[in-house]
Parts: sequence; structure tokens; C-alpha cells
Amino acid sequence: MKRDALRAVAMFVLIALLPLAGDSYWLRLGTTMLMYGVLAISWNFIGGMAGYPSFASAAFFGLGAYAGAVAQKLGAPMGFAWALAGAAALVFAAALGVALLRLRGHYFAIASLVVAEVLRELVNAATDLTGGGMGLNLPIPRLASIEGQAMFFFYAMLALAALAFAAMLAAMHSRLGFGLRCIQQNESAADMLGVNTTLYKVAAFMLSGVFVGVAGAIYASWVHYIEPPDVFDVLYSVKAIVMVLIGGAGSVFGPLFGAALFLSLEELVWRNYLQVHTGVLGLLIVLLVLFLPKGLISLRRRTA
Amino acid sequence: MAEPLLAVSGLRAGYGDVQVLWGVDFAVHPGEIACLVGSNGAGKTTLLRALSGLLPPSEGSIRFAGGELAGASPERVLGAGIAHVPEGRRLFAAMSVRDNLLMGAYLRRDGAAALARDLERIYEVFPILAERRAQDAGTLSGGEQQMCAVARGLMSAPRLLLIDELSLGLAPAVVDQLSDALRALNREGLTLLVVEQDVATALELARDCHVMDSGRITRSAPSEALRNDPAIREAYLGVI
Repeated sequence: MKRDALRAVAMFVLIALLPLAGDSYWLRLGTTMLMYGVLAISWNFIGGMAGYPSFASAAFFGLGAYAGAVAQKLGAPMGFAWALAGAAALVFAAALGVALLRLRGHYFAIASLVVAEVLRELVNAATDLTGGGMGLNLPIPRLASIEGQAMFFFYAMLALAALAFAAMLAAMHSRLGFGLRCIQQNESAADMLGVNTTLYKVAAFMLSGVFVGVAGAIYASWVHYIEPPDVFDVLYSVKAIVMVLIGGAGSVFGPLFGAALFLSLEELVWRNYLQVHTGVLGLLIVLLVLFLPKGLISLRRRTA
Repeated sequence: MAEPLLAVSGLRAGYGDVQVLWGVDFAVHPGEIACLVGSNGAGKTTLLRALSGLLPPSEGSIRFAGGELAGASPERVLGAGIAHVPEGRRLFAAMSVRDNLLMGAYLRRDGAAALARDLERIYEVFPILAERRAQDAGTLSGGEQQMCAVARGLMSAPRLLLIDELSLGLAPAVVDQLSDALRALNREGLTLLVVEQDVATALELARDCHVMDSGRITRSAPSEALRNDPAIREAYLGVI
């Protein structure tokens, strides 16, 4: 665990130096990558460790984005609004988890998939509070320059990713992680051995929600304008899963590597094949999953 | 006779609308090996599930070591001292044998030294598990897996060990080996309740035997008496 922690610190310090090297394009890309990293790390709690294929990331992301945006609209300071978004996602995940985690496998996946749709419709309907389909404008932070703003959101996302990573590392080496691994392999046996499976699954689900909620709020502040189809986009759920699968489910560094590789692919493909970029990206993902089913992490083990 | 360790009376349980147990009464005394036999669908596995808290009973009582356990969670039952070795073994296939065993001690809070001591003891009883300790449990043979499952149950330091389908799918030589190990553990004070389809094995292993049929215990008697009972011989042993 110590070695993993040291490696992670080194990695995050390196990422923190990125603004020195690149222009605002790289800064934007870096911020997106860290946001993807948060999504992937978060999914790893429920999908990688507990083995529950959750599609709820988009729901947490959108909920966090709107919680943060509405709080700011009502006059809350930005930092407080972000924390509030995290709390909202945490409570929502707890309530949702108690209901949904009774289902297993495909049933759970489908149930978690529709949550974002339901929330999107609710936000659409609550025009007074959320602006409905017209979207919601956020106050532009009073910072010196455009570059200063970009830098600010980059470091905010970096701090969040580091926090999520630390939480994952701690969870993996705790009783919670051990219990989740057992649930993933054989839930009824874990139950029989005295693991409180319901509690652990809900805890994993809450951990998979809270950081995504904050990421949604930071994203909302970053782009200044959100609308329901944007932040409740099912692609946030799908991307989180794809990134973890690319990197290596259940592993420590897999989600982050997966996020970095996925974003690189997405960006390269999008820049070079504008007309057919989703098709090319899809094909690449299929190839990766076919030929590297255990993710990038397995490459190192094979050569070592 | 001494106070029974486990006394079940009027226990009823089932799945949804299907009632499986129709008032089960029997007792297991401390320090004995008891056996539960009966045909398919008699309710043996359901009874064990009800005893270990996996299936909440609708009626009846489960007295264990002076406390009432009917309706308790699996966690509480295990904490009270009943461990369950499930049918089909249910190991954590992608975890090492050692981790599987440690998982059995999940609820214990008596320190690393006690765990290490118990682990060593288990490796003495099942030397093959010591040899395979770093191997994934999924790569073990059927007999080794059953040993691993029994050993995992033992790691919770139970007073009563429930074993479902001890010999299912195992070679006769392995069954003998397992029976010897269980007898050795029993001599050290462990009480056992074993569900067994192979009635000959059951009668040989256990002192008391409980015959189950259609959700009730229809006979409880010393194994010796059952072995010589013409009805039992005809129904379960295939000899007249």
C-alpha cells in the first residue's frame, strides 16, 4: 500500500506540473482527464470492487451539477456549493443503494440506468428552480484572467481526483475492501461468513456517488452553463465503465490509466476523424476489450 | 443427559408461499456428532439455512447455548458460535486458500496471534491446505475445496459446525479422510451437525441420527439403532 501511495503522490505531482508545460488547450484537456479519472475511480468502488455493474454515474454527475448550480444561484459561495453537491450525491446514493442493491447483475444495471433519465425529467419539469430545458447559467468567478480561471478549475479537479484516489486506496486496504472483494466473488458466502453485505454495498455505492457529485458541481462552475441533456448524459455512465475496463477493473491504478488512455483516444479520434469519430472510437474500444480483457494493468503483470 | 447445545422446536420456514419446514423438533448435545439424513427435498438444506440465519423462520424456536436465535441475522448466529459450511462449498474462487480461511475469521476480534494459532492448527488437520495456501481456491480439487470450506467454517472458532452435504461429489477415499479429520476435531470438543445424503457414511460418522421427511424430523435415534432398523435399511441403505 505504501508503494502504491508513493507512486500516486509522484503521479499527481507530475500532473500538477502540467500547467507549466502547456497552453490552455492542454489545461482544458488535463481538467477533462482528471474529471474522467474521478468518474472511473468512483465506478471502481461499486463496479470493480463489489462487482455491481452500475450505470448511475450520470445520475450522480447531473445531480451534483444541478445541486451546485442551484445552490450558487441562490447565493451560496462556490466552495460551499460544491460540498453541498457532494453531500446531495452521498445521501441520494445511500437512499438509492438501499433500494437498488437488492437487485443483482443485469437487473441492477438496468435499474441504475434509468435513474439518470428520471432525474433529467424531474429537472426538466422543475422550471422555477432549475430553468428546465432552457438550462441554467452560473455566475462567472471573479478571477483575474481567463488563464487564471482555467488554472483554478484544473487544480480543483486535481484535488478532487487525488481525494477520490486516496479514498479508493484506503478502502482497498481496509475491511471494507476485503468484504467487497468477497461480495464480488460470492455474495451469499460473504453473507454466511458474517459480512454485512447490505451495509458494504451501500457504502461502496455512496463512495461511487459522492466524488462524481462534486465533479458535476465543479464541471458546472467550470463551463458556466448546464442543461439537462448535457449533465445527465448516459455517456458519463458508459465512459466510466469503459475507462475502468480499459485500465483494469478492481485495480489501483487501472481507472486512472484507463481515463488517460480513453481521453487520448477520444481526443485523437475526434480531431482526425470528425465525420466518423464515434464509430472509430467504438471500434477501438471493442478491440481493446477483446484483446486486453483484463485491462492495461495486465500488461505489466504479463511482462514482469 | 446434559442440557442440549442446540434445541430446535416447532420450527417452520419456507420460501414465499412454499412452506418447507413444518414444525421441526430435535436437539444436538454438546460434544457430539449428529447427522441429518433424508431424501431429496426433505428440507435438510432449508433447515440448516434457518439455523444459520440465512432464512428467517416463520415460527418456532432455536435455542443455542442458552440464547434464542430464531430470526437472528447470520452475523449474530455466527457470533453466537454456529458456523455453516454451505452445500456446493461456495469458496471465493479467485482468492488464495489462506485468504479464504482468514475470511472465515472475519467477525473475530481476538487478535492476530489467536488467528495465526488457529490457522496453524487447521494446517495440521488439513496438511494439503498448508501446501496450497498461496493458490487460488478455484484451482483446488473437489475434495480439497470441501476441506477448505470446512476449514473456513472452523476459522470462526465455532462451538457448533453445520456441514451441508459433506460427501457430495467426493471420492470415497476423500470422504474417509474428511471423516477422520472431523472426528479428530470432535474429540477436541467441537460439536457437529452434518447433513449427509449417503446414509451409510452418516451412520458411521455420527452418534445420533435424525431422519428428516417432508419438512419434519420423523425419527431421532442413536446411529446404532437406525443401522439395525429394517425400515431404515430398506429405505436408505438399499439392503434388506
